[in-house]
Amino acid sequence: MTSAQLVAPPAGSADPTVRREPSVWREFPSRVATFCLVEIQKLRHDRTEIFTRAVQPVLWLLIFGETFNKLHAIPTGNIPYLDFLAPGIIAQSGLFVAIFYGIQIIWERDAGVLTKLLVTPTPRSALILGKSFAAGIRALAQVVVILILSAILGVSLSANPLHILGAFAVVMMGSAFFACLSMTVAGVVLKRDRLMGIGQMITMPLFFASNALYPVSIMPGWLQVLSRVNPLSYEVDALRGLLIHSPSHLLTDFGVLALSVVVGVTAASSLVGRLAR
Amino acid sequence: MAEASPAENRTGLPSQASSPALLAVGLRHRFGDKIAVDGIDLRIERGEVFGLLGPNGAGKTTTIRVVNTLLPIQEGEVEVLGFSLRRSAMPVRRRLGYVPQQLSIEAALTGRENVSWFARLFDVPRSERKSRVAEALELMGLADVADKMAGTYSGGMIRRLELAQALVNQPELLVLDEPTVGLDPVARDGVWQRVEDMRAANGMTVLLTTHYMEEADVLCDRLALMHLGRIQALGTPAALKAELGTTASLEDVFRFHTGNSLGPEGEEKGGMRDIRTTRRTAGRVG
Repeated sequence: MTSAQLVAPPAGSADPTVRREPSVWREFPSRVATFCLVEIQKLRHDRTEIFTRAVQPVLWLLIFGETFNKLHAIPTGNIPYLDFLAPGIIAQSGLFVAIFYGIQIIWERDAGVLTKLLVTPTPRSALILGKSFAAGIRALAQVVVILILSAILGVSLSANPLHILGAFAVVMMGSAFFACLSMTVAGVVLKRDRLMGIGQMITMPLFFASNALYPVSIMPGWLQVLSRVNPLSYEVDALRGLLIHSPSHLLTDFGVLALSVVVGVTAASSLVGRLAR
Repeated sequence: MAEASPAENRTGLPSQASSPALLAVGLRHRFGDKIAVDGIDLRIERGEVFGLLGPNGAGKTTTIRVVNTLLPIQEGEVEVLGFSLRRSAMPVRRRLGYVPQQLSIEAALTGRENVSWFARLFDVPRSERKSRVAEALELMGLADVADKMAGTYSGGMIRRLELAQALVNQPELLVLDEPTVGLDPVARDGVWQRVEDMRAANGMTVLLTTHYMEEADVLCDRLALMHLGRIQALGTPAALKAELGTTASLEDVFRFHTGNSLGPEGEEKGGMRDIRTTRRTAGRVG
């Protein structure tokens, strides 16, 4: 390559100061793709996290799942408990990845990278959407591990590639929402330690107040209400419908998840500027 | 750039080549009760290397963070490259390169990936991306280490990588906040040389802050001396020195206007009397 490109405006350019400005409809997907790509590059350079993060879901499936599978203590109809549990653990692992994602944005703030990102022509909402889908990418890496393990343990998973792709989309949206929640909290508390504390505090309640471990029907009334406003329940419901073909409400699930992402992105992007002050 | 279709340029008004790179009128910025910038008027012409010189807390970084759109305008008016910052931050961001004071790269990516990331964020056309990334790395002397993890780079290399991240966008205005703070002398020389190269390459305007006299002297066409949120003196390095006599150094100028010294040797508060005794760099100035 010659150095002509950076040195002089390309031949035929009437005015070197005219900039390419993609429309919003191209800019958002482009930014989201960029942040996802960067996340994939990071994962490729350091794969250890994929394995360390796999330990917990493996324990849930192997110990909790196998035990309750034999006990038949949780009524899951004619679905084996392990099959019932696998989609719940997939959603849980996405939740665990995403709920601490705000730490990354605080870390980027501390490292000065965030201010540089905020000075690029990237709308705040595109930055947040990109980051939250990047969290989804990281979650997907876990999902693949759990899917393989579930298949080995004999969970009868759907073999339809469209269902698998649908499940990936559901995990992306669910994780994106929880990443937004995390970044929103980051924008409020501004400190890594406090975010860690709040993350620890809300993770388990979000998990238990959902249908991930047991069907909504056996919950006490107050927990049913919590479960109903918890996006994780809709994520799990959709995953069960897609992966083990249990009765589910896919349209509602996708609708609730999409709406949650919109609300989450709006909240987080209105607060992210606070991190750069 | 060349391929930009009319549709893509819907909002892409060309910045006025005749407009100054920066025009600030009555810029004032507060953090709570503290006034960080206290009424600045400033005009920077295209192609200039302009330095904001001053001690810590003078308001340099706040000024820069207003200019680069990180902070909102509270009071006054600022136009960057002909765009009013109050109305349109996005067109300014498209034309800006910014390197913050802190060494800030993504350590978990390679050098090339770091630059490529910013090329995408600046919408460098796909067809040019690869070559422009390679070229920016080459110009900053990082071609050999481009595929090593950025986390293994030295301070000077990180700074040059950051310059490459800015350069890949062909910025019209490059904003550098204390570009060489914390670097050893060799790395500092390297960064200065690269900034000169970048400017020679595309004739961009450079706005930098520094509290190194030598840096201001070597790099800047004009200087504004800031203290307590105000511009205390403004002019070419030579003119500023000439005001205090033929043997004055920029350090002397600085002391004269702030009653303070930046260097480690300057513990004493000083007026003219101290200046007469501080002629460490006077010989070079001649």
